[in-house]
Amino acid sequence: MNKVNKILIGIAFSPNLKANIFEAVRMANMFDAQLIGVHVGDENDEKKESLRALLDEAETLINSFKIIWKAGDPVKVILDTCTNESIDLLILGALQQEKILKYYVGSIARILTRKAPCSVLLMIKPSIVRVACKHIVVNGLHNKKTEETIKMAFNFSNQLSCKRITIVEEISQSELQIKVNDDRTLRKSTIIKERIKNREDKRVKNILKEINYDNITVKTQSIFGRRGYSIGHYAKVKRADLLVMNAPDKIRFIDRIFPHDIEYILSELPTDVLIVK
Amino acid sequence: MNKKNTFKTFLGELPKNLFSGFVVSLIALPLGLGLALASGAPPISGIIAAIVGGVITSVIGGSNVTITGPGNGLVVVILASITTLGNGDMYQGYLFTLAAIVFSGIIMVILGFLRMGSLGDFFPSSAIQGMLAAIGIGIFAKQVHVMFGDLDAKGSIIELLIQIPQGFFNFLKTDNTSIFYAGLIGIVSLLIMIFYSKIRNRYFQLIPAPMWIVVLSIGMYYYFEIFSNTSYPIDQNLLIELPNDILSNFAFPDFGMIYEFNFINAVISITLIASIESLLSIKAVDKLDPLKRRSNINKDIRALGLATIISGFLGGLNVVTVIARSSVNVNNKGSNRSANFFHAGFLILFILLFASELKKIPLPALAAILVYTGYKLASPENLKKVFSIGSEQLIIFLVTLIVTISTSLITGILAGIIITFIIHIIINKDVLLFIKNLLKPNVLMFTEDNIYYVSVKNFSSFLNFTKLKSKLNQIPETEEAIVDFSLCDFVDHSVMENMSNYAEAFTRQGGHFEVIGLDDSKSGSEHPFALRKILPKQIIPKQGVLTKRQKNIQQISEEMHYHYDAFSDIEMKELPVFEYFKTRTIDKVSNVLSTDNCTVFDVQFSEGELIAKQVIKATMFHLHTKKEIPNFTLDKEGLFEYLYHFAGFKDIDIDNHPDFSKRFYLLGKDEKKIRAFFTDELILFLESNKEYYIEGSKVGLLIFSNERLASVKEMKALSYFGSSLLKIIEKC
Repeated sequence: MNKVNKILIGIAFSPNLKANIFEAVRMANMFDAQLIGVHVGDENDEKKESLRALLDEAETLINSFKIIWKAGDPVKVILDTCTNESIDLLILGALQQEKILKYYVGSIARILTRKAPCSVLLMIKPSIVRVACKHIVVNGLHNKKTEETIKMAFNFSNQLSCKRITIVEEISQSELQIKVNDDRTLRKSTIIKERIKNREDKRVKNILKEINYDNITVKTQSIFGRRGYSIGHYAKVKRADLLVMNAPDKIRFIDRIFPHDIEYILSELPTDVLIVK
Repeated sequence: MNKKNTFKTFLGELPKNLFSGFVVSLIALPLGLGLALASGAPPISGIIAAIVGGVITSVIGGSNVTITGPGNGLVVVILASITTLGNGDMYQGYLFTLAAIVFSGIIMVILGFLRMGSLGDFFPSSAIQGMLAAIGIGIFAKQVHVMFGDLDAKGSIIELLIQIPQGFFNFLKTDNTSIFYAGLIGIVSLLIMIFYSKIRNRYFQLIPAPMWIVVLSIGMYYYFEIFSNTSYPIDQNLLIELPNDILSNFAFPDFGMIYEFNFINAVISITLIASIESLLSIKAVDKLDPLKRRSNINKDIRALGLATIISGFLGGLNVVTVIARSSVNVNNKGSNRSANFFHAGFLILFILLFASELKKIPLPALAAILVYTGYKLASPENLKKVFSIGSEQLIIFLVTLIVTISTSLITGILAGIIITFIIHIIINKDVLLFIKNLLKPNVLMFTEDNIYYVSVKNFSSFLNFTKLKSKLNQIPETEEAIVDFSLCDFVDHSVMENMSNYAEAFTRQGGHFEVIGLDDSKSGSEHPFALRKILPKQIIPKQGVLTKRQKNIQQISEEMHYHYDAFSDIEMKELPVFEYFKTRTIDKVSNVLSTDNCTVFDVQFSEGELIAKQVIKATMFHLHTKKEIPNFTLDKEGLFEYLYHFAGFKDIDIDNHPDFSKRFYLLGKDEKKIRAFFTDELILFLESNKEYYIEGSKVGLLIFSNERLASVKEMKALSYFGSSLLKIIEKC
């Protein structure tokens, strides 16, 4: 299911529309996929006209463009469209905090991210001119979804001609099972860390065996830190262009109050984020 | 085998620890008596605390060269507790306080098991300084009067301070010979304390100052007894009171008040001060340890707690780790915990053998020791030190000090925390920065090329320092670590001070610890511990206070004979010629190190525009060559490959060097010129050195390692690499 056949983009007539459309068109062409737009609201000629103008200005689409007009609750409309059209990738735009260069996911997009049945791409900087993607960071968690996620990352990097992938293994502190108190425990914990690191590297190497990555520089990096949080921080420090993550297993109400995993990323996007379902 | 060896060393070191324990016990004896007296408790209670502490913590403690016993800081809280709980009856108050001490011991054991040893980090360091100064003033104010032979001075700390001149005149005018002689001994004792360190006589220095005071006052007693016709002029009530049969006369705590508010309050204050004093001392003593060991703080806190419980049941005071006695231990070559044990042993001997002599020590003599200690804690020098870090630290210090003196310790330290937080908000003009990011994890650590890289986000202050600390503690001190604050908006004084402590610890063990990312920040003073607020990039300081990194750069610039300009306004006109900067706008260049043809600099540039804009800071090296250089890029990871296809660049493999071709991506337009440029010698050089990104153009070479700021060590390596490269290129 690695192949992306249908891409969905929500169309709101906002100042960002042009960049969003350009980015989506580019993406659709790279994946040789069909682009579907959905507008939550009534259909009218003025909107149609401006949309057509934008599409004319952008690259020519390889496949056809389809637009769906539907009024109602934005979350419901978009989710329904995802299911009905069997969408593979949903593109959402992020918001920027005033003045400072920090991005976060708005409330509607957040719900969509949690509930969408397909993979979600959150873009912090849609741009009219193509900005090359040079570095993809992907999680290498010990999780059954990870294999799929890593394959998706390689798929993306092939389509976007990205030459560099870093697989980040986040290892939570509790796995160390030792607290550093003095020199002796420090030595022990350093040894255990090394051991866990090797074990994780091996696991990721196993996944990589099935993947063909001749032209891509692949690096593994283990980080000891809070899950979900440290990978975002790493992506920021390393200035990755795309961060690929597993979809969270299950989000309960309590998880929103005490954020963890993906919620950290949603509240402060380090870069473009792809959540693989 | 290892075990046997350690046991052997332990045995081998016993004699010097025995000696060291002896010297420490000479100080611990008068101090123990004095601290107990100043606390309003029977003098023996201080000695009990020292003995129990020495025995228990030396067996189950987690540190190595610390000495435990009754602490300075506790004097004020225990005195307050005895006075309020006893409600006039000092002895009954003492019994109630013993119960409070037992409880505080239990709490400390629990804290130790919960691994809350790091609790001390939540207190801003200036507030702790202020609190310690307040304790010092408290001790000073009360004991000055005792030193003048006046046991009845009463009142709050401020009232006592005001009464000091009056007390002095009363002493001068007194017609009571007992008080006059006692006061005289007090003043002579104080002079001994003050001038002890100035007298550099080997034999005189053999006995510590407090013990001199004891020896002299006992000597004076025997003079009157044996040689003089007049009897000992000092009255019984001005002498130390010790129970006749020390071994059977233990006081037992009275648990009758444990549900009352005052009692709970006392337990909290005692625990707070006991743990803070111990933590500070353990940390400080670790710095003195000649064997550079790291103490297990939580284990030590547990041991101190247990010792406190036992001491409380036997009628002794709290057991805490004490800095002054510990440093005497280190100075006398104490090397393991047995010194603490021996110190306790010698105290038992003294008490059993010399009980009747000890009873002849006049109270003012002991008070003089405490006056000196109190003065040391609150000396104006501390004030100056705090002020040199920044005026805002002085405010924190003074607020904590004044509130503590005029109310209580707990209120004081709370006020200190609150004022620190308020000042941080005012400096940043932003509450949300703190509120929103307080609970978020903000520290990332990973290893790369065997360097531990730690990045801190949002803000770093006493509020969230534990997060950073727990990461830093996982780095062996023999390794290389870089802490990057460039994603941080604000770093406070407590953190800066701790960073400097880490740097020191790493240097001592042969590692390397460096802080980067603060060069664009504004600080209030020249002090290395001053807090730093990162400036928005529009404001470029033309002049400012150099960070430690900048100072180090300055230093290496002198070593390498480079010219250094921290706040350079030179525009690097040639930089945009490089392919790398074709798509990036240069904001500013700073920390420029230069010679005739080499320049190392920090450059801040941005990628993308408007909302896609990203600001990046990196350290780079620019090399002018006389020889013409073709356009090319060389790097390990193929970072630029995609980009330069546009520019018509293509991958070039050099014949006869398959390894080189495999490891590096060499891209360029003019294949022939590039092949000619990459001579065998140059390739050999590049293969055998660290891999840098190198870009050639008609204005020279641009070399850098990561797209981030380099540590000073890395800068040095970079410039060395660059100048060696230059030599090779010019030669060919």
